[in-house]
Amino acid sequence: MPKARVYVTLKKSVFDPQGRTIHEALRSMGYEGVADVRQGKFFEVDLESMPAERARETVDEIARRVLANPVIESYRVEVEP
Amino acid sequence: MKVGVVVFPGSNCDHDTVHVLGEVCGQDVRLVWHKDSDLRDLDAVVLPGGFSYGDYLRTGAIARFSPVMKAVGEFARAGGPVLGICNGFQILQEAGLLPGAMLRNGGVKFLSQPVHVRVERTDTLVTAGIPAGRVLTMPIAHGEGNFNAEPEEIARLEGEGQVVFRYTTKDGRLDPAANVNGSTAAIAGVCNAARNVVGLMPHPERASESELGSADGRQVFEALARVLSPAAR
Repeated sequence: MPKARVYVTLKKSVFDPQGRTIHEALRSMGYEGVADVRQGKFFEVDLESMPAERARETVDEIARRVLANPVIESYRVEVEP
Repeated sequence: MKVGVVVFPGSNCDHDTVHVLGEVCGQDVRLVWHKDSDLRDLDAVVLPGGFSYGDYLRTGAIARFSPVMKAVGEFARAGGPVLGICNGFQILQEAGLLPGAMLRNGGVKFLSQPVHVRVERTDTLVTAGIPAGRVLTMPIAHGEGNFNAEPEEIARLEGEGQVVFRYTTKDGRLDPAANVNGSTAAIAGVCNAARNVVGLMPHPERASESELGSADGRQVFEALARVLSPAAR
């Protein structure tokens, strides 16, 4: 049963108000060494038995069509057979 | 004319919109369930505000796969007038019927307050007949209304005159303080290239009767009624 992990992040060029807020909170807590924080989303997708190649194509399509909005986000897919 | 107001699970401005279109503006209006896909009796479709599917994943991201959205897409591509208010705007963006995407508000907070928006274009279905540059006061109520698109896309929207409303001061001046959610180019509303699909973040249906503090929003629905009246067609 293949398992997939999908990481969705805001594009580098897009301002992330939540990441900024977390970063500011960390600084006020005394974490001086944190240069930046970007918030994203993580999905675990369990698949029925299928060849690894088809699993990757399926999850890639799901990520592109549903999990990420290509206007503001990019994504990365990892598949474990 | 007959207007359909779509009801998604989590829509919460559907009945307000029906009230304003029907009772205040005297139009024939009906609710459209999100599982319906027959819009043949309608002259215009409104996607109302709310929190469809609890805003899960992204605002509008699940609603845009509702059966009704396939029909709305066909309706829009055939030139049918479609208006999206707040969450309805976000759903139209997710469906690819309107440009851009909404980020979390610049200050991160959910904002529920009156804003002033300047009418930038008068050649759309919801601004026809309103003098250009007029400032309308209407409330916003959103956590994700920070309009975003690539710089080239923003330039294209400006060039094609697709920016319909902009956040300004009460007297119509651009001011970072008036752009409360941090939208790129202070964009509060846009239309598609064919100009028959319009989305805006403020809620005209919550500002259509003077008892509610502003009746400016009524102008938006009256423009729609004018555009669709038999005499105008």
